[in-house]
Amino acid sequence: MEEILKIEHLSKRFDDLSILEDINLSVNKGEVTVILGPSGCGKSTLLRCINGLEEIQEGNVFLDGKTVNPPLKNTGKDRTKIGMVFQSYELFPHKTILENVILAPIVVQKRKKEEVVKEAKQLLERVGLSSKKAQYPRQLSGGQKQRAAIVRALIMNPEVLLFDEVTAALDPEMVREVLDVMLDLAKQNRTMLIVTHEMAFARAVADRILFLDGGQIVEDTTPEQFFDAPKTERAAKFLQTFSFES
Amino acid sequence: MDFEIIRSYVPLFAKAFILTVKIGWAGILLSVLIGIICGFILYFKIPGLSLLVRCYVELFRNTPLLVQLFFLYYGLPSVGLSISAQICGVLGLGLLGGSYMTESFRSGLSAVPVIQTESGFALGMTKPQLFWHIILPQAVSVSVPAVLANMIFLLKETSVFSAISLMDLMFTAKDLIGLYYNTTESLFLLVCFYAVMLLPVSLLGSVIEKKLHYV
Repeated sequence: MEEILKIEHLSKRFDDLSILEDINLSVNKGEVTVILGPSGCGKSTLLRCINGLEEIQEGNVFLDGKTVNPPLKNTGKDRTKIGMVFQSYELFPHKTILENVILAPIVVQKRKKEEVVKEAKQLLERVGLSSKKAQYPRQLSGGQKQRAAIVRALIMNPEVLLFDEVTAALDPEMVREVLDVMLDLAKQNRTMLIVTHEMAFARAVADRILFLDGGQIVEDTTPEQFFDAPKTERAAKFLQTFSFES
Repeated sequence: MDFEIIRSYVPLFAKAFILTVKIGWAGILLSVLIGIICGFILYFKIPGLSLLVRCYVELFRNTPLLVQLFFLYYGLPSVGLSISAQICGVLGLGLLGGSYMTESFRSGLSAVPVIQTESGFALGMTKPQLFWHIILPQAVSVSVPAVLANMIFLLKETSVFSAISLMDLMFTAKDLIGLYYNTTESLFLLVCFYAVMLLPVSLLGSVIEKKLHYV
């Protein structure tokens, strides 16, 4: 298996507050990694560090052997190797859905417009948004917006896709449509890192579970192992908060 | 009200109207220019210049236009700088308006959430690309209502131009009232001409606002 992402001794602090401590991680191509953990454990920060949105104090993040630090400076082609989908969609409100999707391929990757539009239409079709391409984000439901945001990340053809609690802001009945799109991506052997609180989904989609607590990776295991027989007490306690047995 | 008198006054008011509109819009143009430049300086926190802009904004926002005009028209000649009343009008209006416009543009730029920038970064955009494609268009649509309100406010402020003997609408009305005591007719025309000057701006404003409203 080919390694695509490597994190070595990553530490992240906000002033004196330590968020991530000595994170080491290696992710292979095509692997779907789900990151679980209690609120404030550093899951989202880890994704943001991987995507170079946060400055890191120690350690390194390598993508395809190249470091992604220092953050925000390596814009351009290298950066498009990682795609990110945010909890709050972050579609560009002044652009239609189609314009949202084609902006970066044209501006950043300098691809031809006709070709990009064609691909965008195909991708939007695949997530069931064909009829929405001329509409503005405000005219779409949360689930539709999030599917459009996934397409926007996808069209850049990134080697790694990061999902930061992408269903957390959605109404319950819209969660499924977004998760289905992600399941579909996982089946296509995309390398994905997913932060989520949807336990059933995590179990279904993950090749590997990382359990984070207190800024450290506490468990790094298979979904079966994690959900059926967690090794640490912290993980067991975390899982208990999701079950309702009386 | 005597319509004969009104008819005979119309050419005088029309002349004053043209002068008022000319100076008013020249001042507004200047204020927008100042506002854009100073708004960018504040948004990008350009060292040194930011403080200067802040001082300028506070000074001009917190003094009346009339005082600023007196300063330009009567004050500057005493230090050997004398400028015509018309230039004074444009400068005064431009500087006052510039301080308001600066705030409108700056707040428009600041209103674009940081995470919008991050989502652009995540797509590989460079800072200039982000600014051009993501931040600026959103900032403009946030700024537009405030900028339009400023324009209307500035056009109305032109009514103090008479104090530096510019023959604007207000000057003409006061002059005619003083000469012939036709108060009703003069004031009627004054109101009409101001309305003619401002209503189109208001209407155009609401059209533009609707067009730019996407959130």
